[in-house]
Amino acid sequence: MIRTTPFHERTAALNETGIWEHWSNHLVATRYQMSEKFEYFAIRNTAGLFDTSPLYKYRVHGPDADRFLAGVLARDIRTCPTGRAQYTVWCDDRGFVVEDGVVLHVAPEEYLLTAAEPNLAWFLALVDGLEVAVDDVSGDWGVLAVQGPKSRELLASLAPDVGRLAYFDVISTTIGGLAVHVSRTGYTGDLGFEIWSHAADAVAVWDAVWGISRGRGVIPFGMTALYMARIEAGLLLLDVDFHSSRFAWTDADRSTPIELGLGWMFRDLATDDRAFIGHEAVRREIAAKSSRWRLSGLILDWQDYDRIFDAAGLIPPKDHTPIQDEYYIYDDELNQLGYATSQLYSPILQRHIALARVPIHLTAPGSRVKLELGVSHRYEYFDAHVARLPLFNPARRTA
Amino acid sequence: MPKSTATSTTFATSKLDRPTDHAWDAIVIGGGHNGLTNAAYLAKAGLRTLVLERRHLVGGAAITEELRPGYWFTTFSYALSLLRPDIIHELELTKHGFMPILMPTTFCPMENGDYLLLGQDHGENHREIARHSKHDADAYDAFNHDVLKVCQAIKPLLDAAPPDIFSDDPEELVALAMLGQRFRRLDKKVLHDAVRLLTGSAADFLDDYFESDILKGYLASSSIIGTKVGPYSQGSGLVLLYHLMGEHDGEFGAWAFHKRGNGGFTQLLARAAESFGVEIRLESPVETVITAGGRATGVALDDGRELHAPIVVSALDPRRTFLELVDPRQLPADLVEAITRFRFQGTSAKVNFALDGYPRYPALGDRTDQYRGFTNIGPSMEYLERAFDEAKYGAFSQRPYLDCAVQSAVDPDMAPPGKAVMSCFVQYAPYHLRASDWDTQRQPLGDTVQATLESFFPGFSDLVIQREVQTPLDIERTVGLSEGNIFAGEFLAPQMYFFRPAPGWSQYRTPIEGYYQCGSGTHPGGCVMGAPGKLAALRILKDRDRARAGTGARV
Repeated sequence: MIRTTPFHERTAALNETGIWEHWSNHLVATRYQMSEKFEYFAIRNTAGLFDTSPLYKYRVHGPDADRFLAGVLARDIRTCPTGRAQYTVWCDDRGFVVEDGVVLHVAPEEYLLTAAEPNLAWFLALVDGLEVAVDDVSGDWGVLAVQGPKSRELLASLAPDVGRLAYFDVISTTIGGLAVHVSRTGYTGDLGFEIWSHAADAVAVWDAVWGISRGRGVIPFGMTALYMARIEAGLLLLDVDFHSSRFAWTDADRSTPIELGLGWMFRDLATDDRAFIGHEAVRREIAAKSSRWRLSGLILDWQDYDRIFDAAGLIPPKDHTPIQDEYYIYDDELNQLGYATSQLYSPILQRHIALARVPIHLTAPGSRVKLELGVSHRYEYFDAHVARLPLFNPARRTA
Repeated sequence: MPKSTATSTTFATSKLDRPTDHAWDAIVIGGGHNGLTNAAYLAKAGLRTLVLERRHLVGGAAITEELRPGYWFTTFSYALSLLRPDIIHELELTKHGFMPILMPTTFCPMENGDYLLLGQDHGENHREIARHSKHDADAYDAFNHDVLKVCQAIKPLLDAAPPDIFSDDPEELVALAMLGQRFRRLDKKVLHDAVRLLTGSAADFLDDYFESDILKGYLASSSIIGTKVGPYSQGSGLVLLYHLMGEHDGEFGAWAFHKRGNGGFTQLLARAAESFGVEIRLESPVETVITAGGRATGVALDDGRELHAPIVVSALDPRRTFLELVDPRQLPADLVEAITRFRFQGTSAKVNFALDGYPRYPALGDRTDQYRGFTNIGPSMEYLERAFDEAKYGAFSQRPYLDCAVQSAVDPDMAPPGKAVMSCFVQYAPYHLRASDWDTQRQPLGDTVQATLESFFPGFSDLVIQREVQTPLDIERTVGLSEGNIFAGEFLAPQMYFFRPAPGWSQYRTPIEGYYQCGSGTHPGGCVMGAPGKLAALRILKDRDRARAGTGARV
């Protein structure tokens, strides 16, 4: 039986389309309004509300919580003091990514960690005598993302200390008198926050945020608008841009953090004495430069795009709907080079863009490749160039 | 008549053999969107380019002003559609904050209290039209398909200079032949539809598809915008086609509201231009273009200062470009005659409101989502034509056509929370009033617009915090557009394409060497399109390359 999120009473009333999808056994709105693009513009121009409650959530606590996470997570948790959060990945021994998530250091010896898929057994198997508890608290929290340039000013009017949060800060505060954690995080690549409220308080927290939002152009947004924003922001989606190493059949379906463009997580590896899972493989990959590819941005050549469709007698489609599927990339001789995993026509960049696995020798921005797309029921090859991720990165995101 | 060419300074600076004396390679007169576009392309090609703007801000008619703290008004031009996508890319506008926000609805109130409300869902639109006519709900798809085909066929004409049909230059003959070929390749129906639209009336075209007054009224409204025609007039089809050809994110006919209005757009366009090296000087009105030996050498400002450059580009309208900035005696008589005859006859006004909240439309209760796009007060073709009737005889419409946009519903930064700004494009308001003048009729026009809105939105007047009325005379005075014509010259077939602004002068040159035109009075015309500015720049650069190749001299 499908479940609803703690905000469902409110989101259901706002969903004008009746279109829902399933996310981790929860109903979530695909879009609330007839136009997901209008919702998208709320993220980029004002602020949008997104119910991100279906994420799996783990509470990691106890005297050895730091030690445990330092060994489990690829990114050094010791650089994440109380009041800070980290986007991180966890790997297997071969240095392949199991999953990614955000870890909030909400109190000494206490963390909250998100994941797209269940990971409890994975983590518990690694406890190995440490004084740490890992609880699945997925259903205990409603998580409301408030994303967009106005998000700070909105939330600061409810909880002034939110206004002072730096990028990836987290605080425990109150909204409408109810205890919440607020982190300056999100999945849109914009200025944004996520509010963790106890499930029982979720509707009241929603009401407080919704109340302060009235007359300001703030609207809820659904999965489609979220995906639009996340592709522009170069944020990875499990089972689209990468797969969990745990469930991959072959290494072709496995990725290393460095291949996924997360090499920055290991900038301090030389001085990092942790024996985190996968550390040897990561060190080896860096030393041997053995990455097979790198997730990179692609920007399609607009003239070539228009030319190919014009020649087919078609009006060049500029569709913002995210395509989260594999499309192959080639060199000029049509030798396959790699593949795109996500793409769309970006309204803010006014270009067709993609996230793609590109061979290392072509990762320099400006490198030329061709993207294969169907036009009039046959394949055509569109000029594209490689660009650094994220393709859209407003200063306000981190300012 | 402007000052005649200042001979003494002309001679002092006519050392064309010493081009390094020039601080500027090009001077663009007028910082409207075409002037800025033109300058950006010139600078991008390496020319040291200066834009001289008369006012205290750039943008021309595409400006946004905070007339009341927290309330931003799109004083004149108010939405984007025809802006050429190539300009967005080539001038890298997205780097500077280009943000065309989707306008997801079109709301058409009716005089009987009903309405037509179109949105983003095809099925919902079908059902909504079917409330008015089941026939039209299906016909609407056919209409859109047919019109799209015409748009697809015609669109390339917007993105290239018209061939010069009066020239023997082989390049022009080839271009003309290619144009002919392009049309010969078209499907017969598409070509015929194109000709019907380009030459006929919107009413004739729409009557072939539809029976519903509200749907026809809505569509026909696009056939009169900015032009002294009614929907039954021959020639309204061309205006309709222009408005259907707007393209936003690949969708023809779609409109967008730029962040902070069209002023937000021109501000970022200016930033883009500056990033290529353009210098913009505000409050620098140009009095005259300086010429020597039949070629432009610079400009004289109204304070007497002179600035020199071998290329001078006027972004002003044809009357100012040919009859005011230069001495018409320097020009061929047939050109002067054509420009003198060129029809401006502005017929549009703007009334902008700051509102205490959102207008209430009784049939929609407390809903406000209908304001996320245009609100079209033009419920039938007859309504529009009757509004036109009064203009024919030199009066403004007592029940005007209004194209309204509650812009704060799309961009909340336009008004304080819970408040609203509403831009109302008004037609018809003829520049030449027969029995009065606009200084006298400004507020009566505002009252008429407000009363019209009150009749559709009971209680509207109670919401009004502030009202701004811009008559055609105000548009002329403030922006400089002759007779307040928003397109810098009427969109009438004899003033388009090969003939815009005059036969033989449709390629951005003028008879004065080094003096060019790039305003909306040139092909492809008005609207915030940018194409005249860009195409003029390409012409200038090509001429420059040719001159270099021919003489080895730096032009």
